[in-house]
Order: sequence, then C-alpha cells, then structure tokens
Amino acid sequence: MIHNEMSRRRLLGLGLGLGAAATLTLAGCGGDDDSSGPAAGNGGKDYTGPKVDLKLWNGFTGGDGDIFKALVNQFNTEHQNIAVSVATYQWEDYYSKLPGAASSGNGPDVAVMHMDQLATFAARGVITELDDVAKALELSESDFAPTVWQGGLYHDKRYGIPLDMHPLGFYYNKAVMRKAGLDPDKPPTTRDEYTAALTELKKSGVQGFWVSPFQFTGGMTFYSVLHQWGGSVFDAGATRATFNSDPAVEACTWLVDIIKQGNSPANVGQDADYLAFKSGKNAFNWNGIWQINDLKKSPDTQWGVAPLPQIGSRPAAWANSHNFTIVKGRTTDANKVSAAKVFINWLSQHSLDWAKGGQVPARKSVREDAGFTALTEVNALAPELEYAAFPPAAPGLGEVMTTFYTSFNEAALGKKSPKHALDDGVAKANKQLEDNRKKYGS
Amino acid sequence: MADVIEVGAARGDAPPPAAGTSRRGTSPGRAGRATPYLFLAPYLILFGVFGLLPIVLGGWLSVHQWDFQLPNRPFVGLANYRDLFSSDSAIHADWWAAVRATAVFTVLSVPLLVIVPLGLALLLNRSFPGRTLFRAVYFAPYVLGVAVIGLLWRFLLDANLGLVNRLAAMAGLPPDTPWLTALPWAWISLVGVTVWWTSGFNAVIYLAGLQDISAELYEAAKVDGATAWERFRHVTLPGLRPVLLFVITTTVLASANMFGQSFLITQGAPGTETRTVVWFIVEEGLRDNDAGRAAAMSIVFALMLAVASIANFRLFRYRED
Repeated sequence: MIHNEMSRRRLLGLGLGLGAAATLTLAGCGGDDDSSGPAAGNGGKDYTGPKVDLKLWNGFTGGDGDIFKALVNQFNTEHQNIAVSVATYQWEDYYSKLPGAASSGNGPDVAVMHMDQLATFAARGVITELDDVAKALELSESDFAPTVWQGGLYHDKRYGIPLDMHPLGFYYNKAVMRKAGLDPDKPPTTRDEYTAALTELKKSGVQGFWVSPFQFTGGMTFYSVLHQWGGSVFDAGATRATFNSDPAVEACTWLVDIIKQGNSPANVGQDADYLAFKSGKNAFNWNGIWQINDLKKSPDTQWGVAPLPQIGSRPAAWANSHNFTIVKGRTTDANKVSAAKVFINWLSQHSLDWAKGGQVPARKSVREDAGFTALTEVNALAPELEYAAFPPAAPGLGEVMTTFYTSFNEAALGKKSPKHALDDGVAKANKQLEDNRKKYGS
Repeated sequence: MADVIEVGAARGDAPPPAAGTSRRGTSPGRAGRATPYLFLAPYLILFGVFGLLPIVLGGWLSVHQWDFQLPNRPFVGLANYRDLFSSDSAIHADWWAAVRATAVFTVLSVPLLVIVPLGLALLLNRSFPGRTLFRAVYFAPYVLGVAVIGLLWRFLLDANLGLVNRLAAMAGLPPDTPWLTALPWAWISLVGVTVWWTSGFNAVIYLAGLQDISAELYEAAKVDGATAWERFRHVTLPGLRPVLLFVITTTVLASANMFGQSFLITQGAPGTETRTVVWFIVEEGLRDNDAGRAAAMSIVFALMLAVASIANFRLFRYRED
C-alpha cells in the first residue's frame, strides 16, 4: 500500500506495457509457427517430428518443484527431439496470469492445473480437449480412482489427465499424545475415540485440536466433516448451494464446539495450528498430504499421519488433484501438441517418482507398485481415495468456494452462529451461481 | 518522481515560472512555441498511454459483461453500476462492506499518519547527537516491502503464539487479545502497522518543509516574546501548509488504496470485515474474471476519492489569497 505501492503500481504499469509490447513483437514473428508438421500426432504414443521446445508452467513452489524438475530433466535426456522447459509460479498468480499469457501467445504449451480449475479454464477456452490422448494411451476410468477420472471432464469432454491426488490427512504429535497417556501408535479413528483423546489431552494441559478459521486448514477440515455427516457443498449439478443443510450445520457446530469446550484456543491465526503442532502445543492437525515432506525436515517433531478419523456417519476427506492440460495458443503447432501428449503420457507413467514429492499418484498401477507402498507416510493416506470428496467441476466455482470458506470463518470466530453463518453464505453463493450461469451459460 | 515535484509546485513561496527568460530570446517562432510541449511530451505520452487510455478503456469495460477469454462480451449498459447499488445483486453487500472497511481504515489512519510524522520531523529537525542515525531508524521500515512487514506482523500479532501477546502477558495485560481475528483489534493492528511502516516517509517530507522555513522568522518571533507553542502555531504550521496539503492528500489516497496489509496480515478476517475496496476490485477482476464489474467499481471508487480530494483542497485553500 501507501506511497511505495503507488510507485510500485506505476512500475507495474510500465512492466505490463513492456510485456504487451513484447507480446506484439512475438505475435508478429509467431505467425509462421503453424506452417508445417504432421497432423495431430498419434495421441502421445511417440513423437518423430522435428525438434520442438515445449514450455510448461506449474505452481510447485515447494520441495515438490525440485522433484518435478528432475523428472523433466530425465524426460529431456530420453527424448532428443523434445526439450521441455519449466516455469514455476505461485498458484494464485499462476491462475490469473495463465489466460492472458495464453491468449497473447506467451503462454505455456503444457500447464499443470488443479482439478477444480479445469472447468473454469475449459469454459474460458484456455485449455484444449484431450480425449484423443486418453484414447490413444488406452487410459480409462479403471486405471484411476473414479472421482479423479470423472473430475477431468467438462461437458463430457476430457480436459485434464490426472497426475496425482492430494487428500487431507490426520497428523498426530506422538510426543504430546504420550505425555497425555495416550498410545501414540493408536491414533483415534472414531468420534468417541477422538473426543476421549481430546479429554485426556485437556487433562494434561494441552488444547489438542486447534481449529483454524481459515481455509488452510480449518475450512478444509469443515469441508471434510461436512461430507462425513452426509452433507454436500452443492447439489449434484452444482446449481444450488447446499452447505446450510442440517448435516452441514451439525458438522460446523461440532467444530465450533471444539473451540467452545476449550479443546482449541479461539482466534487461531493463519498457520498457527500447524506451527503449534510442530512445536508440541497442539496434538492433532488435519492438514494436506503436502506437509509430509515439511515435517520430515523437522527431526524434533515426533509425528504420524493416518486417514482422517470418522467423526460423522461415513468416512470422507477433502482432496484435490493435479492435472496436465494442453494450452490453446494463438496458433496451433501440431508438432508441439503431439510432443506435449508424449510428455504427459511419460510423466503419468513415471508418477512414482512424483509420489516422493508427497502426492498420491493418480494411476492405479503406480499405486499398486511396491515402490509406492514403500513410501510409508504417503501410502498411509492412499486408502482415503476410496471416499475422497473432490471439489465439483463447474466454471467459476472458485469464488463460490471462497464464500463457503468465509462462512466457516465467521462461525469459527464466533461472529455468527453456525446456522446463521451458513444461511448467509448459501444466500450469497446462490446469487454467485446465478451470475455464473448467466456468464458461462447453463 | 512526479509526486515530489508537486511539493515544489504547490509551495506558496515557489518562484514564479521563468517567464522572463523566454522573453530574453528572439521572438518565439513556431519551434519556440512548441518547446514547452516538447518538454512535456515524454511524460504526456506516458500519461496518455498508462493513465488516460486505461481510464477510457475502464469506462468502456464498465458497461460490458467482460471476460477477455470469453467470445461473448455483451453490452450491459449500466447494469454493473446498478449491481453496486441494488441490494439483490451478488456483490452489493460485499462492495459496501469493502467501502466501509476502507473508510474505517482511512479515517483511523490518516490523522495518525499526518500527526505522528509531524512530531517525528520536529524532533528530528533539532540538532542532537545521533540525529542522522535516528532519521535513518525511523525511515527504515518504509524500505521493507509489504510482503515482509505483512508476514512479520502476522506472526508477531498471532493471538496464541505471537510475541506481542506474550509481552502483554508479562506486563500483566490480557494474554489472549485477538489482534488479527476480531474487531476492533484487527483495525488497531492494521492502523498501527501502517503507521509504523510508513511514518518515515511523511516525516522526511515534513523535514524538508521544516528546513525551508527561514530561521529569521523564528528569531523575530522570539524577539517579540512568542512562546514555543506560539512559534509552532504561527510560524511552523503556516510555513508547512503547502507541505501539509501534499501530505494529507497523498496519505488519504494511499490509505484508501490499502490492500497488502489486510490481504496478508488479517486476510480479511473476521469474515470479510477487513477486506478493502482495492482488494475486492482485484478479486472481482482478476480472480473471478469479471472485468466489467471491477471497472465499474474502480470508477465509482475513483469518484469517491476525487470528492475527498476536492474537499481536502478546499479546506486548505490559502485564506490570505
């Protein structure tokens, strides 16, 4: 903000201007890009055309980024006529940058994207259909977890090839459990066990389950228990918001009561739940599978990870998935497209190495590989995929999910009662869905 | 920077434009008449391309439902503006909540950002050992980027783990003040951090203004028996008036444009109570891809700020003129 923000903005303006100028120049010489080359290719089996450069964008800013780059390097050495270069951005910047870059011709050829973004980007014409890839590679639903495979579809056409799945897991601090007289090798798995463990922890002076009011991680925790209670965020076609149903209110109340009963402090800040977990002030944290690698770096923390305990009437866990997509450029270079398909297929088959980055591979064959079962922690969360609750696919749903998380924020901070907060959220979400229908067509 | 030049231009005692010099030359030919415009041209071009053109395009966007990726960008007339004022639209409540948040922050932060730096500047204008060090110390936070100060204060102010509450507990104050997640604490935190962060900048401007006030005026006042307060009231303040006008105007605009602090420190919590207008515009335009609505909001917001600035200028008009 303030003054240096003003000059920064001016600078940014200049940067955008230069970017636009560069775009024009590039567009000028990019015209002859699509002149030659064989047609569409054979869907990714192999590529025999002239040498092509592929640009790939992703948002892997953590340790997973290095693993991804190592995989890309291996691919490049194995494929003499394809050279893939990787650019990494923060996911949030990434999603706002990609459409503009693609339509100006500066975009990547291949983009990694979360499953819940596919519909938005497909509807906005940023990414291209991949049905022929799936067909040529003989990929089918049986090779993947069904929810993940279905998630790549928009209007019955495939836009994403799933790479991995990353569910929410149940992290427990063994040292804190031991101190409270709990068996650190038997983390609670049911609501009764969970409540009993929290009571024991409280007796030993520990607030055992810090409930964050923010999307990371409280919002995702609420999303999980809401599904455990049999609720849903939207109806089947994602046309109406349903997160104020009785099960949803009960799930929300359960979490808010954790705070009210003193099993969590009030006003937990962003990341405070996780930092408290690492430093032994918090026993239980429901957090993403991606934290496994981070926890491995802190030798002082004695921790374990297990599937989420079943608090409601059925098991469920928040999850999302990274997908490969091919970006629609200003011009279509058939060579690039077929090379991109080869790359996607190759990486999908090598996703065991990717699992070391802390993700569950999407491909069943890789999950059943002995190499994957050897990855103890990541493998511990693989059973969750049977009942993982992926965000639904509809264009423009991101902003509606923000409304969902904001409702939980208001309830968790005690600004509104759970029912009141969720009712208000649903009223707003339905207006947003209505706007989306107008914008993207029904 | 243009802002700094404006200080000089707004100053009452600035020398008149150098009209005399051009008269000294031969009769101004066509080239002579073009000279001022040629000198103005570089900035004018930049202003035209990066200032004026975006405003015009913004106006045009604001009457469309505009997503640059979608082939269908229908003309919607004033519907985007109507959405801001009719209570049954999806963004009405959020928009006015953002306006309210911005107004609260501006009203709370501007007086402090005007007065605290003035006090600092008065102190730093005296001669005492270590003066240069202190000048640097007070300016130092301003050098840091918003991401740095944002993360820093988010951890310091954390209700359960932060240093601030730990110190408060040691001082016998409540140890669990929710600095970032409840009102009015969130506003106190945001305003406090902003004052800490940016006071140095205003102080430097004041300092420059103070050094321009002639020492003879103070001497004369002293001879006439004026007390320290009277010298401040009748010499310093009038001497600083053009600088004050500049500081107040830019501070009001900067505070109204607040984005980074609430985005990083409170993340809008509780709920969306601390989400400001600029943040909401960014979200609407870049995340939700509704550039039309975002443009309409920008224009309405710019009009609001224009009104505030005009009021400000009127208030500080030279009474002696």
